[in-house]
Formats: sequence, C-alpha cells, structure tokens
Amino acid sequence: MSDLTQETTSAVASSWTTGTVREVEHLGENFVKLRLEVADRHDHVPGQHYVVRLRAPDGYTAQRSYSIASDPADPLVELMVECLPRGEVSGFLHDVVEVGDELEVRGPIGRWFVWGGTTPSLCVAGGSGVVPFVSMMRYARRTGTEHLLRVVASAQTRQKLPYVEELEEFGAFIALTRENQPLPDGSERVAAHIYPDELVPLAEGVERAYVCGSVGFVSFVGRSLGEAGVRSDTVRVEQFGPTG
Amino acid sequence: MAHFTRGFTGRPRRGGNDRLPPGQYDTGESWPTLTAELTPTIDVDEWTMAVDGLVDTPTTWDWRGIHALPPSSYFGDIHCVTTWSKFDTTFSGVSVDALLDVAGVKPEATHVFATSTTGYTTNLPLADVTGGKAWIVWDFDGKPLPPEHGGPVRLLVPHLYFWKSAKWITRLELRDHDEPGFWERNGYHDRGDPWLEQRYQGDA
Ligand SMILES: Cc1cc2nc3c(=O)[nH]c(=O)nc-3n(C[C@H](O)[C@H](O)[C@H](O)COP(=O)(O)OP(=O)(O)OC[C@H]3O[C@@H](n4cnc5c(N)ncnc54)[C@H](O)[C@@H]3O)c2cc1C
Repeated sequence: MSDLTQETTSAVASSWTTGTVREVEHLGENFVKLRLEVADRHDHVPGQHYVVRLRAPDGYTAQRSYSIASDPADPLVELMVECLPRGEVSGFLHDVVEVGDELEVRGPIGRWFVWGGTTPSLCVAGGSGVVPFVSMMRYARRTGTEHLLRVVASAQTRQKLPYVEELEEFGAFIALTRENQPLPDGSERVAAHIYPDELVPLAEGVERAYVCGSVGFVSFVGRSLGEAGVRSDTVRVEQFGPTG
Repeated sequence: MAHFTRGFTGRPRRGGNDRLPPGQYDTGESWPTLTAELTPTIDVDEWTMAVDGLVDTPTTWDWRGIHALPPSSYFGDIHCVTTWSKFDTTFSGVSVDALLDVAGVKPEATHVFATSTTGYTTNLPLADVTGGKAWIVWDFDGKPLPPEHGGPVRLLVPHLYFWKSAKWITRLELRDHDEPGFWERNGYHDRGDPWLEQRYQGDA
C-alpha cells in the first residue's frame, strides 16, 4: 500500500438522505437493478458505494453497502444487487422494492477503491464484483479514457454475470468457470478460472490493479496477479459476499 | 427521516439484545473478512513488533520475545463497521499495556499510530489502547490467527470498530498529536465507537 495519494477530495456525505426508486429491473433470477433519484446528491468517483438503510415499523434497522454502477454524469444512481439466499437486505431489495419507494441512503462513501481516470489500471471482478467496474467503464467511455482501463470478469455462467453485454462491448476479458465460451477466432475457451497466462498480457503496463469479488475469489486472483508479475502493493481490494 | 421502509419488517429477532450496538447484526458463527489489500504471507521467523516514538526505550520484539511477555486474553464481542458483530470471541496474546510498560511511555504521548507490514495504518487515542482495552493477539479460539484475519499477529481493540484492530501489525508509534490513518483518510470516522455509531466522517 505504498501509494496512498488521494484521487478525490470529495467529502463523504455526512448525513442520510432519500433515494427514490425510479426504475427496477430484474435480471435473471438473481439480480435486481435499482435506479435511484438521490436527494441532495454529492458527485461520486467511480468505485465508490452507497449505504442503504431499511427501517422496520418497530425501529429496527438494517444497512448494507452497495457499489455505484452508474457514471457520475448519470442523473440517477444505479445499484445492482445480487439476491443472496436468506439475505436480509438483498432479499428485500429484490423481492419487495417497487418504483416510487423511498429508501434511506448515504453516500458516496470510500476513497480507496476508486478510479479517477488517469492511472492505467487492470480491474478483475468475480460475479457481482463487476459493479464498481461498470461505473469505471462508463466513466472511461464518456471521458475517452478507455485505453487506460482493462477489465477482466469471471463468473460461473454468462447468466450469472451482470452487465455481461456491456462488458463484452467494452472489450472485457470474460472467464466463465462452468461454461465453455466461443471465441472470435472460432475456437473455444474451456470452462476454467482465470489463468495467470491470461492475465499477463492484460497486466502489461498497468500501474494499478483492482480486485473485487468474494473472499475466495480475491485471494485466488491475488495469487494469479502475483504470478503474472503484478506487485501486491499496487493491488486494491474490495470484498463482497458473506464469509471468509 | 423517521418513517419506515415500506414492506420491511426485518429478520425475526429477539427484542432488545443489549449487546448489539445500533445498526449492527449478529453474524453468528461466520467471521466475514474485509480488507483493502491482498493478504500478505508473513514468516514468523522474520516478524517483529516495534514500539517507538514518544517512549523512553524504543523496543522491538521478535516472535519469541513477544511470547515471553505475560499472556493475556480477550473474551467478548467484536464489531465491524460493515454492520456485523460477532459475539463471544476469544483472542490470546499480550496486552498492549505490557508492551508499553517495557518501552516506558513519555508523558507528552497522547496518541498511537499503528502500522502493519503492508503499510496499512490506523490512529488511536492512547487512552483507547491502555488500561486493559487493547491487545496484540496471535490466537483466535485457541488456534493460530488465520492470515486473512490478520495472522500471524494483529492489534485488537474490541471496544472500537474493527478497522482499528490493524491486521498484520508490526509497529505502534507513540505521538503527541493525532493524524488520520488509512481508512480515516478514506472517509471513515477518526475514533469509531460502535455504541455511538461513529462510522464515517461527519458522524458525531
Ligand atoms: C463496499 C461494499 C460494496 C458492495 N457492493 C455490492 C454490490 O454492488 N452488489 C451486491 O449485491 N452486494 C454488494 N455488497 C454486499 C452487500 O453489502 C451485502 O453484504 C449483501 O447484499 C448481503 O446482504 P444481505 O442483507 O442480503 O445478507 P445478510 O442477511 O447480511 O446475509 C449474508 C449471508 O449470510 C447468510 N445468512 C444470513 N443469515 C443466515 C442464517 N440465519 N442462516 C444461514 N445463513 C444466513 C445469507 O444467506 C447470506 O449469504 C457490497 C459490500 C461492500 C462492503
């Protein structure tokens, strides 16, 4: 962690505000995309997250963090939530929330796992870990800095990778672990985790790597990045998912 | 924003668990990990722990040396800013008081700055790590602390949010002023008392 320079001086929103749900889209069985209109909104930097707080009639509250998928210039804040079995907050956001609902939100939060559009970077995502990178990709496209961002996304199947079309359009490298994939040259990538060999060309010339996914995924990718020659002190990590 | 969230009742719960700080939930048996960096591989034969800065005798312990200090354990709860709390944990190691006794704290020291092998830092008022409130630990539930949880050795300050309990600790520097550490610079609260819900900058 040698590079502690801040890419942003944006203040963390210090108070809770209202996010009014303007769009709800269910994607497959497991994902829900929520687009919120946030009152008193502060600009975010790609990679930051919001906290969503739910409040029961008896005063009980539950709050969880969700990465922002949208570009900072998007008038709405987009979240992509994976529904976990027996998940208290994700289950509610998936099954109950409708257009017009108001959620308590706070953000944007986090100044470490952020990409300011200037550092050549490699992003490696597992499953719903793609969300912060979608914000980075959208930002890169708008500002013409795509050449500074390389994205690798891994999931069991295409179905389980949110934003898969957008990732493909961006030119992301996609690794499916339970499905063979046809490649543009007519051959096939056999279902497997990301190989260090696959990371080597992508890691060339990058000054920073971002890894986001489950605990197991992060440690696997950490080792692979090491084998691909990426220095561990250039790697920034965000972990989703339940345990470790 | 006093009104509640339409349709939300929450998970079935027992009323009034007074061990759960506001906004926290009981994570049960599981122990989530949350780190900003890759888990380092640390060889205990090369590991050292330093206490320096505003002390009489800057001191560095190696693995054997720190184990020769009087053992001390913590039994109780831990709380992470990402809203999980874990009850009835047991950590063993040495009390931070024992290290400070050896090094001798100068009267002008008011804060400590903890550093890990990875360069992670966190700041604490001296009063939050003295008087039996903080430990340097290497065992969890009677087994070596796993690397992803900060093993071989981490700081333990259980009355504050867990980001203060720096993993892979290697140095405590005593200072006469406060200066934000890693998460504190990146948007988190300076002190992090879970009972006051001091999560992010701007919280009371
Ligand atoms: C910085 C950050 C960004 C994040 N961004 C995203 C994002 O963009 N998208 C996203 O989907 N998630 C994201 N997360 C994860 C998110 O915050 C939540 O952790 C996730 O939605 C699960 O919350 P939950 O309330 O649904 O599950 P919880 O109720 O917290 O449960 C967590 C897990 O424990 C299991 N569990 C809970 N109770 C029991 C029980 N009684 N018995 C057995 N098992 C149980 C559940 O099945 C679940 O798998 C992010 C996390 C962080 C820290």
